[in-house]
Amino acid sequence: MKNFAFLIFCLIFAALSILPGSLVSAQQPTPSDDEVNAIARQLFCPVCANTPLDVCPTQACHDWRELIRQMLAEGKTPKEIEQYFVDHYGARVLSEPPQKGLNWLVYVVPPVAFLIGVFLLFQAFRAWKRLPAKSPASGEAGLTASARPDDYVSRLEEELRKRE
Amino acid sequence: MWAQILVWIGLLALLVLLGLGLFHAQHPIMSIGSKVPDFSLTLFDKYPYQGANQVNLAGLRGKVVVVNFWASWCVTCADESPVMEAAWNYYQPKGQVVFLGVDYTDVDAKALEFLSSYNITYPNGPDLGTRITPIFNRNIAMPETYIVDQQGFLRSEQIGPFQSLADVRSAIDPLLIGR
Repeated sequence: MKNFAFLIFCLIFAALSILPGSLVSAQQPTPSDDEVNAIARQLFCPVCANTPLDVCPTQACHDWRELIRQMLAEGKTPKEIEQYFVDHYGARVLSEPPQKGLNWLVYVVPPVAFLIGVFLLFQAFRAWKRLPAKSPASGEAGLTASARPDDYVSRLEEELRKRE
Repeated sequence: MWAQILVWIGLLALLVLLGLGLFHAQHPIMSIGSKVPDFSLTLFDKYPYQGANQVNLAGLRGKVVVVNFWASWCVTCADESPVMEAAWNYYQPKGQVVFLGVDYTDVDAKALEFLSSYNITYPNGPDLGTRITPIFNRNIAMPETYIVDQQGFLRSEQIGPFQSLADVRSAIDPLLIGR
C-alpha cells in the first residue's frame, strides 16, 4: 500500500515537473520584424494619411507594430489581428476596403468608367469616319484624302495635254 | 442615341456622387448650437461611469458633458491631463458635470499606462471603430474637448489643450448657471 502511494506521489511529482517545460515549449517564439511587417503592410496607420503601417515612422505606429508582434506571439492569426484593428480603429485601416455598402463603388466605378470611355471613343471614331471629307482648295465634296492626289495628278495631266 | 443619353446620365451621377463625397469629407457634422447625435462609449474596466462599463450620451441628459479626445501618443494631451483631472475633481462632487475621456486610435495598454501615470480618475474609454470622433471633427487635432449642455446641444469646443482650470471653468460655469 505504501509502495502504491509512493508511486502515485512520484507520478504526480514527475507530471508537475514536466508541466512548466511543456507550457514554455507551447509558447510562440518572438515573431521577427519580417513576420510583423507582413501583416503591418496590409494595414494603414489609423492616424497618418495614406501611410502603410510597416513604413510609418511615428511612435504610435511603432506601438501598433509591437501590438502585432505581441498578438502573433499569443498565437493570433493574421486574419484575427486584422479584425482587431478594424474593430478598434475602423475599416479605414485596411489597405483594401471591404466589399460592402458604398465601398462597392471603388471596385465597380473604374472598370465601368473604362468601358464608358471605350464606348465613347468607338462612337466618336465611327462618327468621324462617316463625315464627308472636304477639300478647301477645290471646294469639292465627297473626296477622300487618299483620292485627292490621284485626282490632282489626273487634272494636271489633262491640262498639260491641252497645252500640247 | 439612347445609349449616349444613358452614358451621360451615368457620368453626371458619378460626378454628383463624387461632389457629395468631397462635401461630406470637408464639413463637420456639427457646429456650435447643434444637437449632438447620440453615441455610446465603451469604457476601460478601471474607468467606469457609475459602475457601468458603457455610457450613452442620451443617458446623460440634465448634466453638462465634457467630451475630451486624447491619445497616449499625443504630447499636448499629456500637458492637458493634470488640468482635466483638476477640473473633474472640482466638478465631480456636485454631480452636475460628467467628464468622458475618449481615447482616439491608441493601443489599450499604452492608454491605460497614460491614464495611470497622470492619475486620471474620470470615465475613459477607447473610440472603438473610430465612430465617435467623426461626429465631432473628421480632421481631429489632439487634444480636443467638446462641451455638451444639459439638453444635448454642443455649446463650446476647445481645439488644442486647456491651459488651466480657469479656462475649463470659463467654458462650463455659464452652462451651470443657465446662461
